[in-house]
Amino acid sequence: MKALQERLWAGLIKENPIFVQAIGMCPTLAVTSSATNGFGMGLAVLAVLLCSNAVISLLRRFIPDTVRIPSFIVVIAGFVTVVQFATEAWTPALNRSLGIFIPLIVVNCIILGRAEAYASKNGLLASIFDAVGMGLGFTLALTTLGGIREILGAGTLFGKAVLPAGAQPALVLSMAPGAFIALGILLALVRVVQLRRKGAVAAEGCGGCDLCGEGCPMAGKEADA
Amino acid sequence: MHWFELFFGAMLVNNIVLARFLGVCPFLGVSSRMGTARGMGLAVIFVIALASSMTWLVYYWILEPLGITYLSTMAFILVIAAVVQFVEIVMKKLWLALYRSLGIFLPLITTNCAVLGVAVLNVREGFGFVESLVHSVGTASGFMLALILFAGLRERMAESAHDVPEALRGLPLSLVTAGLMALAFMGFQGIF
Repeated sequence: MKALQERLWAGLIKENPIFVQAIGMCPTLAVTSSATNGFGMGLAVLAVLLCSNAVISLLRRFIPDTVRIPSFIVVIAGFVTVVQFATEAWTPALNRSLGIFIPLIVVNCIILGRAEAYASKNGLLASIFDAVGMGLGFTLALTTLGGIREILGAGTLFGKAVLPAGAQPALVLSMAPGAFIALGILLALVRVVQLRRKGAVAAEGCGGCDLCGEGCPMAGKEADA
Repeated sequence: MHWFELFFGAMLVNNIVLARFLGVCPFLGVSSRMGTARGMGLAVIFVIALASSMTWLVYYWILEPLGITYLSTMAFILVIAAVVQFVEIVMKKLWLALYRSLGIFLPLITTNCAVLGVAVLNVREGFGFVESLVHSVGTASGFMLALILFAGLRERMAESAHDVPEALRGLPLSLVTAGLMALAFMGFQGIF
């Protein structure tokens, strides 16, 4: 259970794929014109990541090292095709709004990244936890960004009006330029929080301490914050 | 006129990075210097032209007659990976000078979603072979244009990096700049 908690925490906050690692930018920018789309894309990626991490973890002893990347890509492409058909059958509206970004999950760096960095080196259960953590972290980031853009750009959240009647939404935020600007500002805000926390640790832990370097007990924590 | 529209529509109006959001990773990753941006742009044009012709042939000559178009995602990514490998080997053998200047960018291109994205778009729009080639080269030129313009902006910004608030430095500022560029590119809408 502790491992599950640790992986979930890592995926959601500490190593969040969007806010901290800044990978998988294309779908993040493209599908977040509304919270619903962001949430749907997040779940689609979560599903593919879960299946591919599980299968790659099971196959990790059988895949020769030299052809591992192509093998991972084939496994991922297979599950992407499954997800593509599933969304087409059960959520056709979502499928239309996500469009070509569903087949493009194949080249999403998060999935190949987790296969290479985690699933190919760890056991089945740990890889599944890792996939759940990273997938939920991605979903959280996409839903947040989608929510912000939907509220400010269209005045709604998950399709329901939230702004007071007289307010004029800034249409640009729901269009292409708004995606870049909103994500940039969101990342800057995340960084403000990180810098604050780092500053706090430095002031409390290292203030006036001469023992910097390897012996410093705060060194690791500071790097993590 | 039809070709002209198709080419410049793909290059400017539906710019692959700034309007369609494909290939954002290399757009942000290799745009800090003008020289690398030019190299990456040329390599992408070359690979996209080749890969989209190959994927078109694979789709209409192999997948469709066999009735297995549902495998297109998997087939396309394998074709792209193979094309990139092949280009790398041939270039190394025949045009060593070109290989030296573009070679390092080639492995990066397999995971550039613009390449797979163009292949999928060509099929979704139902383009013929020549149409899809024109569309692909137009799209790739749009990628290079955006990359070079962005590299120019970033080289200027790097000179005054110390004026930027710490939280905005690096990626956040790049994203906001790209947003302003996208705003400018929206001006092309409605030309055709």
